[in-house]
Amino acid sequence: MKAAIITFPGSNCDRDLAMGFEKAGAEVVRVWHKDTELPAGVDVIGVPGGFSYGDYLRCGAIASRSPIGQAVSDFAAKGGYVIGICNGFQILTEMGLLPGALMRNASLKYICRPVTLKVATSDSAYTAPYGKGAEVVFPIAHHDGNFQIDAEGLKALQGEDRVAFRYAENPNGSVDDIAGVLSANRRVLGMMPHPERAIEDAQGGADGAALFRALAAIGVEA
Amino acid sequence: MDEPQITPDLVAAHGLKPDEYERILEIIGREPSFTELGIFSAMWNEHCSYKSSKKWLRTLHTTGEQVICGPGENAGIVDIGDGDAVVFKMESHNHPSYIEPHQGAATGVGGILRDVFTMGARPIAAMDSLSFGLPSHPKTPHLVKGVVEGVGSYGNCFGVPNVGGEVRFHKSYNGNCLVNAFAAGLARTDNIFYCAASGVGMPVVYLGAKTGRDGVGGATMASAEFDDTIEEKRPTVQVGDPFVEKTLMEACMELMQTDAVISIQDMGAAGLTCSAVEMGDKGGLGIKLQLDNVPQREAMMTAYEMMLSESQERMLMVLKPEKEAEARAIFEKWDLDFAIVGETIAEDRFLILHGNDVKADLPLSKLSSSAPEYDRPWVETPVAAPLTALPEIGAIDALKALIGSPNYAAKNWVFEQYDTQVMADTVVRPGLGAGVVRVHGTDKAVAFTSDVTPRYVRANPYEGGKQAVAEAYRNLCAVGALPLATTDNLNFGNPEKPEIMGQFVGAIKGIGEACKALDFPIVSGNVSLYNETDGSGILPTPTIGAVGLLKSLDDLIGGRPEAGDIALVIGITHGHLGQSALAYEAFGLEEGDAPPVDLEDELKHGTFLRANGKLVKAATDLADGGLALAAFEMAEGAGLGLQLDAGDIATLFGEDQGRYLVACDADGADALEAAARAAGVPIDRVGTFGGDAVTFGAASAPMAELSKLYRTAFADAIGG
Repeated sequence: MKAAIITFPGSNCDRDLAMGFEKAGAEVVRVWHKDTELPAGVDVIGVPGGFSYGDYLRCGAIASRSPIGQAVSDFAAKGGYVIGICNGFQILTEMGLLPGALMRNASLKYICRPVTLKVATSDSAYTAPYGKGAEVVFPIAHHDGNFQIDAEGLKALQGEDRVAFRYAENPNGSVDDIAGVLSANRRVLGMMPHPERAIEDAQGGADGAALFRALAAIGVEA
Repeated sequence: MDEPQITPDLVAAHGLKPDEYERILEIIGREPSFTELGIFSAMWNEHCSYKSSKKWLRTLHTTGEQVICGPGENAGIVDIGDGDAVVFKMESHNHPSYIEPHQGAATGVGGILRDVFTMGARPIAAMDSLSFGLPSHPKTPHLVKGVVEGVGSYGNCFGVPNVGGEVRFHKSYNGNCLVNAFAAGLARTDNIFYCAASGVGMPVVYLGAKTGRDGVGGATMASAEFDDTIEEKRPTVQVGDPFVEKTLMEACMELMQTDAVISIQDMGAAGLTCSAVEMGDKGGLGIKLQLDNVPQREAMMTAYEMMLSESQERMLMVLKPEKEAEARAIFEKWDLDFAIVGETIAEDRFLILHGNDVKADLPLSKLSSSAPEYDRPWVETPVAAPLTALPEIGAIDALKALIGSPNYAAKNWVFEQYDTQVMADTVVRPGLGAGVVRVHGTDKAVAFTSDVTPRYVRANPYEGGKQAVAEAYRNLCAVGALPLATTDNLNFGNPEKPEIMGQFVGAIKGIGEACKALDFPIVSGNVSLYNETDGSGILPTPTIGAVGLLKSLDDLIGGRPEAGDIALVIGITHGHLGQSALAYEAFGLEEGDAPPVDLEDELKHGTFLRANGKLVKAATDLADGGLALAAFEMAEGAGLGLQLDAGDIATLFGEDQGRYLVACDADGADALEAAARAAGVPIDRVGTFGGDAVTFGAASAPMAELSKLYRTAFADAIGG
């Protein structure tokens, strides 16, 4: 399996995300945001956390217009797997690959701490290894993780079982405690918590490892 | 543009004393130009020249087998084996943070990160030691919120985990908060970069962000006392852009893999002036700058402004000329400025050209080597009168006085605003004791701590200086790390007052002795003097930042006991309550002498704990708040109750040094006691962990109630 990790200026979890894939046995290629094409044979795209373009204008807004953006959109349109974590989630919403928006945390403060999540659906490559109802602990680290969407959009997410993770205790004001959402074809995942910071015991927990192992298996089976 | 006439008022406004101005006239044999006056002012202020402290800094212990680079460069460097090195330093940004807390603190973090990556090290950890006035002081909540937000905004965006630090409150900081920022990075020992230029006619390259008018005269401001005109000083505070710093760091890391760099230096205090002079001075060369080529953010900037601007996220580099295209391409990739602004020259000149005008032409080597140096008069701090007996207090009420104070309450409010896990190698997050970060891709780890107890230093500068070093040493040993080296950030009042200078001298002597005895050399540091407002000085605050090595994560000693574990104290308890946290928090008393520090015991007990770490489930050092506070923190963090046999205040809250609290299971406790007997180390069983109450002798309270107080007191004190 080959994962492409995109680096924008200001990305700072790109190495961490690459490690998540590598430790799960995937091959990782790094892609610069000014590139216009993805390397051949990519199975999964990872859009990492950080502060692309310093979060200027709006989190993710400038990165979503980077040269590589079109290739990511095309890849997703063809049914490719795309995972966006933290700033990556913000970028995917700005690109229109996922619905909703990430607003400033309700406390108006940056929050970094491990949080407990409830897996909200079994029906995705990302969440299947856990199963609906399972609890996992991933760290959060964000200032703008307050997921908001209009009533109609929320109804669609709920009705189509596209909420991937919910917070056990809502840290940031997200509507319906939503921590991560899936695209309509269930191949694109955006989430604020960081599974890549929880892949081995030395980090304080390894709940995230199963997600990367599941992704690493995708290309192998295909 | 015409430059102003040099007048005595103008000289004074540059912070130069009349005799210092006379020295300038002697050196150059004529009246300086306005730009030249600015350059001298920048080089000779206290912040850049260390003119009051140099004499004493020279006495510090700075060498050891582990030391690759000691004081004098951008940061200190220690060897951690396998070709890896840790590069680290701590630096103050006190005055800017008081004037504009968010940007002052943010640029403090930015500056220390540049000091580290300019030497070729990717930053892997940050810490911040913060001292504020009383929470009830009208400015304090605003300063706390602004500083914490500023530290977080910069470090989080840059992408370096914050793994430790301190937050304290005391009335002496009401008008002068302290922001001491620490950063450490990881380098390869064969790819370290220094600032000394070499070779004549080599291009001097400007890298990073553009130059604006921000921070002009900042270093001079930082060397002055505050008075009621402080609001007018806000324009001297720089504005940071962590996004540019992140890209600058990445570009530098790429560049440093190319063999293009002869020398490199970040532009920090006094900007272009200080960085260019240091490169030339250390390399025994002159520097010529053509200011028209400096990337500028604003129109019509003068030579004076460009030379003194403290715009952030800038570097100066001497480049191998044949590598120019390759180097330029890297900076263009990261959308950063890359401009050749001058060259190295053989003559001892600092030659500044702007348009067709010579704006400065000074003997470069004299700018730093001829800086004034003072042997300031000082008086020994009088011996403190012993503490008279404390008023009566119950043991549980005493604990509540501590954990209900923002000084000793949980600091989650602070460190949860910092990204503590970016880079995904954080093993021990901040909160208590040392933070631990794994060396990426290995099983090794580096531990970090910062410590000082300013009340001790005021009462007894010598013992207080020793204690700051000893506590840092203990915090590293408590996680199982071998203490390697330290950085000192010396914050004091006005050195022109003999009693303040006496505090400084006493503290330096204590620090120096402790560093020597513990093989814990000082490899970098910073001095911040004139921390006074309207003539009233801060508590002397020599913050010690320290680094230790875990050769394997197997050596890590945890911090979480389990129910049924036995609590033991390594070291001797006398019950020293002078200058204690309890006396201060419960009764507002700051009386008595500081606890004495026995350095032999520190070495012996720390070595013993590290050697027997496998027998121990959790360890912590005993410091202010004594056994009661340390045991409470350890139990609370593990979600357990606690029972200590002792009920008397002196045993519970005494602050005797050289002690650790450890938790062991029954077999571990037996084995540890046997090992202690064999090693001649004092050890005592003091209680057990478990249950849901905190019991001291006969007194008891539910842990849930105490925990709630401990978890909410900080936010309550500063208003959310």
